[in-house]
Amino acid sequence: MEAWLETAPLWLQNMPAWVVKFCHDFYKSFLYDDRYRYIIKGLGNTLTITFLALLLGVALGIVVALIRVSWDKNAPAMRWGPGKVLLLLANALSKIYLTVIRGTPVVVQIMILYFIILAATKNKILVAVISFGINSGAYVAEIIRGGIMAVDSGQSEAGRSLGFNYVQTMGHIILPQSFKAVLPALCNEFIVLLKETAVAGYVSIQDLTRAGNIIRGVSYVDLPLWGIAVIYLIIVMFFTWLMGRLERRLRSSER
Amino acid sequence: MKRMKLAVCLALALALCIGLMAGCSGSATPTPAPSAPAASSTPAPAPEKTTLTMGTNAEFPPYEFYEGGAVTGIDAEIAAAIAGKLGMELVIEDMEFDSIISSVKSGKIDMGMAGMTVTDERLEEVNFTTSYATGVQVIIVPEDSAIASVDDLLAEGASHTIGVQLSTTGDLYATWDIEDEGLGTVDRYNKGADAVMALKNGQVDCVIIDNEPAKAFVAANEGLKILDTAYATEDYAICIAKENTELLEQVDTALQELIADGTVQSIIEKYISAE
Repeated sequence: MEAWLETAPLWLQNMPAWVVKFCHDFYKSFLYDDRYRYIIKGLGNTLTITFLALLLGVALGIVVALIRVSWDKNAPAMRWGPGKVLLLLANALSKIYLTVIRGTPVVVQIMILYFIILAATKNKILVAVISFGINSGAYVAEIIRGGIMAVDSGQSEAGRSLGFNYVQTMGHIILPQSFKAVLPALCNEFIVLLKETAVAGYVSIQDLTRAGNIIRGVSYVDLPLWGIAVIYLIIVMFFTWLMGRLERRLRSSER
Repeated sequence: MKRMKLAVCLALALALCIGLMAGCSGSATPTPAPSAPAASSTPAPAPEKTTLTMGTNAEFPPYEFYEGGAVTGIDAEIAAAIAGKLGMELVIEDMEFDSIISSVKSGKIDMGMAGMTVTDERLEEVNFTTSYATGVQVIIVPEDSAIASVDDLLAEGASHTIGVQLSTTGDLYATWDIEDEGLGTVDRYNKGADAVMALKNGQVDCVIIDNEPAKAFVAANEGLKILDTAYATEDYAICIAKENTELLEQVDTALQELIADGTVQSIIEKYISAE
């Protein structure tokens, strides 16, 4: 600290002690040895994992939600045949998937995937995307199912009476309307997913939080924790603002 | 009138809460400060220290590991002997290795003892006692690995994945010598056992870690072997906060007495059979 202080500019040396300490900690955490590079790399990894996991999660979620909704709505009226049996199996699998994934912590899931199930792969980002995608898919499925159920049943009745079959009703009438109900919860899930990726460090994936810990380990300063908290906050605020604009545009169709 | 009553009730409740909190802050928690405690509600002189809190990462056999539900090992026993000499009770806190020095600095623990090597960067942050043991960084590879020595890792155009435990000297060496030179990537795990598991899965090419834990890991897993390295011998010592000079003196004296009368050597030999 003393050695660094001697090389610091004069205006800094005359500042109160806590300012000097803060600047010294900042220098040690981020500037010395270009340690901020860890943060940049970690941020890149976090955003990559979040986006790809979200895509996977939404895709999985839509499929599972449609299976569940179709079963709930159609099963009583269907005749027993290959279609119904297939739907029954799909529904059972979906229920198991939802129960297991929502019932275990994501940390345990990613560790199981990394150390046991996907132990052969060397691509850690892939393992993280799969793990967080599967986890997110379970929650997204319930969100979308809720959104679909929220659409007035009169809409589907009107669709059927116009001659659409089930698939056409869903595709042309129900799903577009459910999008509006689904959006706030979906954007919330995205934000949760972004922060959830912080546990990727458990399997040595260098995400943003892990980068902060690595710097903490070599600099012996706790300032990086504040730094990464601020970075997460800025990203979340940015996306919240973005989602708000999207919601407002969707709402412009109402009176 | 109703609003007045509500305001009075709220004010009373707030006063009650503040009073409770003020009362609670005076309770005795084992703080390591031999200097007068600043904001305590009891004006008595600084209380006698009765507990010695040691921070460690209990994933480092044979220095510290879990057995029979408690943390045991070379470090744990030496610390217990020191605490006995000082007339204090030893409390062991298991935490992440990279948090140990921060915790010592902030006073959460009195001393850190985790097979920790004395390095210049660490000396800037905390004080170390005399060394009680030595270690060397070694490389663990699968038995059929193409890597035969350190030179293979440092060779021109090499590109290996090295597994290490976060913030250990193995991590530092791998980062400086290999990752910063563009000769590969470093995977930092929370504990050595995770890195070894990744080695068995083929997710890393080798693991750099201290020699004694390396022997324990190789003994517990099939198909691994240890290579010798040219890395220097390291000194393990106990780290104590810079402000805590009194405790440093006490612990150092006790440690030196234990080294002089052979206790430390016998503890080490109990866990590490002489080659």
